[in-house]
Amino acid sequence: MIRLEKRPQPSRTFAYLTPLLAVLATFFFGGLLFAALGKDPVASILTIFWEPLFGEFSFYYRPQLLIKGAPLVLIAIGLSLGFKAGIWNIGAEGQYIMGALFGAGVGLAFYPAESFLIFPLMVLAGGFGGWLWAMIPAVLKVKFGTNEILVSLMLVYVAEQFLASMSLGLLKNPEGFGFPGSRNLQQYDSAHNAEIIVGSGMHWGVVAALIAVIFAYVLLARHRLGFAVRVTGEAPRAARFAGVNPSRLILFCLGTSGLLAGLAGLFEVSGPAGQISIDFNVGYGFTAIIVAFLGRLHPIGIVLAGLLMALTYIGGDIAQSQLGLPAAAIQVFQGMLLFFLLALDMFTNYRLHFGRTEAA
Amino acid sequence: MKIKTLLASAAMALGLATSVYADGHEKTKVGFVYVGPVGDGGWTYEHNKGRLAVEEEFGDAVETVFVENVAEGPDSERVMTQMALDGADLIFTTSFGYMDPTINIAKKFPDVKFEHATGYKRADNVSTYSARFYEGRAIQGHIAGSMTKSNIIGYIGSFPIPEVIRGINSAYIHAKKVNPDVQFKIVWAYTWFDPAKEADAAKVLIEQGADVVLQHTDSTAPQAAAQEAGNVITFGQASDMGQYAPLPRVSSIIDDWAPYYIARTRAVMDGTWESKDTWDGIGAGMVGIGEISDAVPADIKEQALAMKTAIADGSYHPFTGPLKKQDGSDWLAEGEVADDGTLAGMNFYVEGLEGDIPQ
Repeated sequence: MIRLEKRPQPSRTFAYLTPLLAVLATFFFGGLLFAALGKDPVASILTIFWEPLFGEFSFYYRPQLLIKGAPLVLIAIGLSLGFKAGIWNIGAEGQYIMGALFGAGVGLAFYPAESFLIFPLMVLAGGFGGWLWAMIPAVLKVKFGTNEILVSLMLVYVAEQFLASMSLGLLKNPEGFGFPGSRNLQQYDSAHNAEIIVGSGMHWGVVAALIAVIFAYVLLARHRLGFAVRVTGEAPRAARFAGVNPSRLILFCLGTSGLLAGLAGLFEVSGPAGQISIDFNVGYGFTAIIVAFLGRLHPIGIVLAGLLMALTYIGGDIAQSQLGLPAAAIQVFQGMLLFFLLALDMFTNYRLHFGRTEAA
Repeated sequence: MKIKTLLASAAMALGLATSVYADGHEKTKVGFVYVGPVGDGGWTYEHNKGRLAVEEEFGDAVETVFVENVAEGPDSERVMTQMALDGADLIFTTSFGYMDPTINIAKKFPDVKFEHATGYKRADNVSTYSARFYEGRAIQGHIAGSMTKSNIIGYIGSFPIPEVIRGINSAYIHAKKVNPDVQFKIVWAYTWFDPAKEADAAKVLIEQGADVVLQHTDSTAPQAAAQEAGNVITFGQASDMGQYAPLPRVSSIIDDWAPYYIARTRAVMDGTWESKDTWDGIGAGMVGIGEISDAVPADIKEQALAMKTAIADGSYHPFTGPLKKQDGSDWLAEGEVADDGTLAGMNFYVEGLEGDIPQ
């Protein structure tokens, strides 16, 4: 007889071990999936994980890891603060869009003037846009007790409509022959979030992500506010006794995650993406939720998880092209990773008990 | 220091990769970047058929690779770069949103040829190509206007961009010609491919009395919705969607990229490839009209086929005056034909269409 038994204390070993086990399980079952599709499983997994890091063209793919990973990490750091405190911002995708729209809007308003002040202003506007969009669910929750999961998620679709409207109307490139999409900010020096060192993939968004990681680490480890976040998530009643103001915490957590998502959107639109277009958002806000959990809501873990996710995207595209793996198989592979992580997570709090069940 | 060496080796490898691969290997490698899944049954499906036709035509002399579901933006740049690094000689980027990425990457790989679908930016190693889908829309409009009983024709638009607006205008002009009472109801789905949204749009249109549903989105969901409702006719979009014939699907517009893809691949092999802009229609075979089913009365079918012949041989242009814009201002005088520049950037409805183009 095998049964689950609650551990008296959550296992620290398992807390650290599960991500690794989840990756291994994903390798194994992903390999089976690839084999079932008639592809060499070892070659497939090597292509996804080895090729971008150490393959022939890794000089190109390594910087791409930063470009793909930075928005994920930046957003996930913000989300993790809320998730730790039990405040669920599911709408980072919308805040990401609004950050990009506000930031790009400011930049385009100055076109074609050149000034070193323009980019900092865009950064401020981008952060503000994301913060504002997150404040809607925050204020509604504080004032009326609405569910922030639903409100923030629904606002993603509102933001997408704004994005379409802006691409087709206000921000449309006047020299674009009527096609949707804004001017390309990559061709507007003052607004271009260029690589700081050419070819390194290191743009201001990567810098911002690193700063956010450090701040989050210090906040959680050293600051009173970080203590409030942790204790609210772990023991809400104790938090109240400790004098934590839940309303303020909600405003802080949602506001910060919105701010960071907005910044991610701004850095993306002014850098790698270059322009506001109808399909500007590609799901970073949702993938960041996976990244936050994969990283155990820990700042350093999130960096590793963000890079890992970026790796599966980049390697996945290479595997599609070189081995003819269908995109859907890559998505299943990525899904497995989260699935196994959550499934194995159980062993942090439970253990398997072998042997006879004692009489109840 | 370390970064510097890394970059130096990177630059060297990059130079090496482009010069070695682009000239000296036996197989011509052709890459395809797809915006949707190859199984979408519409847009990407047809591009992939074009890719398979290239393989069939040249056999062992070519190798084709593709990546599907590539988001427009930095992801597409990465996929193009990856193909170029892996030695592609020719890369087809098959969505409008790949325009700036294609130009960016083409700059970095001057020896690789790029072909961008439906865009307007070219370079020495970037060509553009598109199809005159509006020619097919004229025939659709004729059949739709002739067959509707409720005089309400539903239209599922994807995005309010020139290509889609051209299609609406062309269909409307020809529906109105045979049926002055016809009315168009347009729903914007803001997607190229989303079966759930497309089905909803079709249902809304049918509830509003439409007995013909035209679509400028790529899934077969509207066909299924029409079949379920009954007494509604539809047209296949991008692909034949023949599994819904003879009803609700009575005909279709088929994108046939195969001849173009084969010709361009051959040009790269021969060394005769040049940057150019191609905009072909029914005449050149880039736009196909799917078989008109028996659900269409014989006389209407005959007229439709006559129109197809006239468009193909150039004796009839779907945008021939007199035509006015929606606001009543003159556009084309009697007998005047629209020029390609105006058509390419079309951002107005013709007279008689209701509603505004969303901004």
